[in-house]
Amino acid sequence: MTNLTDLTVAEIRDGFRAGDFSAREVAEGFNANVAAAKALNAFIVETPDKALEAADAADRAKAAGETPGALAGVPIGMKDLFCTKGVQTTAASHMLEGFVPTYESTVSGKLWAAGAGMLGKLNLDQFAMGSSNETSYFGNVISPWKRGGGDNAALAPGGSSGGSSSAISARLCPAATGTDTGGSIRQPAAFTGISGIKPTYGRCSRWGIVAFASSLDQAGPMARTVRDNAILLEVMSGFDPKDSTSLDLPVPQWEANLSSDLKGKTVGIPKEYRPDGLNAEISAMWDRGIEWLKDAGANVVEVSLPHTQYALPTYYIIAPAEASSNLARYDGVRYGQRDLPDGAGLQDMYAATRAAGFGPEVKRRIMIGTYVLSAGFYDAYYTQAQKVRALIARDFELAFEKCDLLLTPTAPSSSFALGEKQADPLAMYLNDVFTVPASLAGLPAMAVPGGLDAAGLPIGLQVIGKALDEQTVLNASLAIEERSGFTARPDKWW
Amino acid sequence: MSDYRIQGATGEWEVVIGLEVHAQVTSNAKLFSGAATAFGAEPNTQVSLVDAAMPGMLPVPNRQCIRQAVRTGMAIDAQINKWSRFDRKNYFYADLPQGYQISQLYHPIVGEGQIEIVLDEKNPDSSTKVIGVERIHVEQDAGKLMHDQHPTSSYVDLNRSGVALMEIVSKPDMRSPAEAGAYLSKLRTILRYVGSCDGNMDQGSMRADVNVSVRKPGEEFGTRTETKNVNSVRFVMAVVEHEANRQVDVLEAGGKIVQETRLYDPDRNETRSMRSKEDAHDYRYFPDPDLLPLVLDDVFLDECRASLPELPDVKRKRYEQALGLSAYNAATLTADADTARWFETLVAEAARIQGKSESDVAKASANWLLSELYGALNRLGKTLETSPVGPTDGAELLALVADGTISGTIAKQVFEIMLETGDKPGKIVEEKGLKQTSDTGAIEAAVATVLANNADKVEQYRGGKEALFGFFVGQTMKAMQGKANPQVVNELVKKALAG
Amino acid sequence: MKQVEPSASGEAMSIDLQTVKKIASLSRISVTDAEAQAMVPELNNILGWVEQLGEVDVTGIEPMTAVIPNVQRLREDVVTDGNVRELVLANAPQAEHGFFAVPKVIE
Repeated sequence: MTNLTDLTVAEIRDGFRAGDFSAREVAEGFNANVAAAKALNAFIVETPDKALEAADAADRAKAAGETPGALAGVPIGMKDLFCTKGVQTTAASHMLEGFVPTYESTVSGKLWAAGAGMLGKLNLDQFAMGSSNETSYFGNVISPWKRGGGDNAALAPGGSSGGSSSAISARLCPAATGTDTGGSIRQPAAFTGISGIKPTYGRCSRWGIVAFASSLDQAGPMARTVRDNAILLEVMSGFDPKDSTSLDLPVPQWEANLSSDLKGKTVGIPKEYRPDGLNAEISAMWDRGIEWLKDAGANVVEVSLPHTQYALPTYYIIAPAEASSNLARYDGVRYGQRDLPDGAGLQDMYAATRAAGFGPEVKRRIMIGTYVLSAGFYDAYYTQAQKVRALIARDFELAFEKCDLLLTPTAPSSSFALGEKQADPLAMYLNDVFTVPASLAGLPAMAVPGGLDAAGLPIGLQVIGKALDEQTVLNASLAIEERSGFTARPDKWW
Repeated sequence: MSDYRIQGATGEWEVVIGLEVHAQVTSNAKLFSGAATAFGAEPNTQVSLVDAAMPGMLPVPNRQCIRQAVRTGMAIDAQINKWSRFDRKNYFYADLPQGYQISQLYHPIVGEGQIEIVLDEKNPDSSTKVIGVERIHVEQDAGKLMHDQHPTSSYVDLNRSGVALMEIVSKPDMRSPAEAGAYLSKLRTILRYVGSCDGNMDQGSMRADVNVSVRKPGEEFGTRTETKNVNSVRFVMAVVEHEANRQVDVLEAGGKIVQETRLYDPDRNETRSMRSKEDAHDYRYFPDPDLLPLVLDDVFLDECRASLPELPDVKRKRYEQALGLSAYNAATLTADADTARWFETLVAEAARIQGKSESDVAKASANWLLSELYGALNRLGKTLETSPVGPTDGAELLALVADGTISGTIAKQVFEIMLETGDKPGKIVEEKGLKQTSDTGAIEAAVATVLANNADKVEQYRGGKEALFGFFVGQTMKAMQGKANPQVVNELVKKALAG
Repeated sequence: MKQVEPSASGEAMSIDLQTVKKIASLSRISVTDAEAQAMVPELNNILGWVEQLGEVDVTGIEPMTAVIPNVQRLREDVVTDGNVRELVLANAPQAEHGFFAVPKVIE
């Protein structure tokens, strides 16, 4: 019998509907995998009972002849940035340790309503700030991947959705939610050989997701196949009147319209994404990707996104500025940790609570954000950054006059060892160099695996589409998926 | 218009005043959440998860709050900005759950406008002055801290948190306490007319931050202080007076005015510096990334404009010109939207019952309202709102006088009974038999009796003491129990005495 | 500990210890002297790097206001929320008599 935990979301969905297995069997299989994978530290909270509860409900509904929901019988992992009613939600911060929301985020609510079950809350970089999952208060997430040649170094699963990427590639869950502010879905997907899509800004409601940077945060799915991403994204997307930035548009049928035939499509290759000194294997993978898309029928043209080099510094002004304000609510008054030194007044309590509750990277970004917004610096930093951001968005608009999608690398390297880049925040920030521009412009972008590098680690490609054109992004990613034949999976050591 | 000057040792000083008025927007729900705004609820019961700034909660603006700000702007002839947006004002305090207040710094919804004030409403010749309004923006109110419930803790109630406020910022155009008072009164009148704020300063629905500086006439503006949260017209005038004098004293003693925030203590009638947290005043304003630009279309603006009532200045002129009221009466009746509404119902009803035009009955209506009714309400400690006599009954009473059914004297009696019983005037007149009579026979008989009973006085009258005429009339009216038509009584008494 | 020195190019660091402490205070994050000292070069590195944005010609460019062109939707003025005090106070570190409690504030 096939191992149920090796199945994709589509296979579980279809097998459950066909009666090949029960939802409970699936949930039990993944629960067992989760329970046996403590070494990866992918979960902050495990919720096997929730997974079983949803599975039993799916089985009962099926027995009663009811039409199954889009995700009936499918257990998933939930990034611990989504507020889940009655289940601790921490954003991987000591600040929110013990916080149990009395409400359900819109996106997680949609997934449960579609029949999905929750395996647990997935670890992440604290408040989604990080690219290696080393900033979690609840410990590093370990990638299931190892370098070849007996190198036993613990590797980074990427960040901030590192619990999601690690868990999916280790078959602890067939799919998971992620959130992407500057690459937090795509970079971890690339590091662990899975796929993940950040949809157009506004497709998924931000209501109930712990905010990092409001103008950039966007939820999206992570899974092993493009089809699975399409299935989840359809469920997660949709207008939410509770989020002012939510797009009031119907959700397309992305799965039904999947097609890897790219005839008539033009792929843009942004020349600025190939700087001097680009990792040779990444560069070679990119070239292979170009050939795959040509093979799928697409034209390929070179395009220019002249302000690309300014995207990261722009991001590192805007995201910390928004975060410094978004995180002001963590003050020890209404929820979360409170640190009240003897004789402390209100403001002392705030300072002590926030010093104890936030990790170093969160503090660093709050302080940068505070500084760039402070009197006398606002225009030089923040206003200038929003102007450059407008230029970056315009670069994309102009490029999309010549092409339908863009193909780029996802990350400048494959996964690195934990601790390797921790000492230098700036070196860590550079990980997001290829993912941040699409985030600044709010564009849909997907990471899809391409192959393994010489060290045996996954490297991936990124497809960026026009606003609202997730379909082309998914289709091009599917074309790559079909041609790369990527089936590598980490050997189980945990 | 005013030459208010402070006499200092070094000469005259002029005071310069600007007001920032926070007015609570009249709406059912809060600015960014669906929680209620009603006054006086149990603590933290009118709080949504958005108001409590739970993780992941997001704001969505209330159309009515935006509409009220736009209507207010239109009522002061202000520029309405079709493109505006919300900014965050960041600071930490226990009454501010988000750690920021959503406000509008860079692109307010309403731009420059103006308010005309009359310094002395009682004086029709009093000159007017136009006070500039810099802007109106919409923002969230904060919650409330209570310090007296526990020895070592303060308690936080978030019921107010997120209620919509308009901040109405004047230009530094006022030059005396009286002008500041007149501006605030006029602004409150306009807000009540528009219905965008109830103007109840004692409940905190309206409060003013008073900016005061002094200078030698003709010189540059001096450094100003801001006295926060002043909650009555009288206190605003007191703050201006006190603060201006304090500043003159400081300057003349060779000191400097520090730009600072001050608090008014009504019990001691003085302002004092709030413990300066100047270093903390870096609010790091930036556009709220949870919200999008607010773009108003013409349909929305047209509806706002069409929904505006007749405004006080227009109404006052109409009362004077079309209804023929005195400047004073017109000003008094239009100073308050509720009074004007009451008066207009009274006039309309009076005109309808009497089959006359409104201008024919307006004067009598105004006089009755301002003297009889106000006198009675004052005596009873009531207001128009709680008046036992409504405008319809008032109109009926006026009609009974106008058509000669009862005399003015009887009308006063009837009115007293109306106040007591709430009965209709017609019913009272009927039941008590108060209809005035013009029956000459009955009156002649009464006159004859009065003359017969007072033969001595008749003698004196006929001997030239004509002042006694009133006595005979009074006695006759008394004998007729006040119901005789006074004109007829006059004639018949005159005739009998001439006898 | 790393010595704080002007960068090789001779440009003075833009942030000093006092500034770091001021930002920490504005951010309501208490820092020890050692922590603040360690942040000086860190923040200078990052800020020095983002300052390259200054070289971009932004003449005539409006700052971005909406990521995806869109305008604000408005809600109807209906009471749809509130009366959930238990939920509002459920996670409070200190709640008494229906209030959140904080150390006494002297105004």
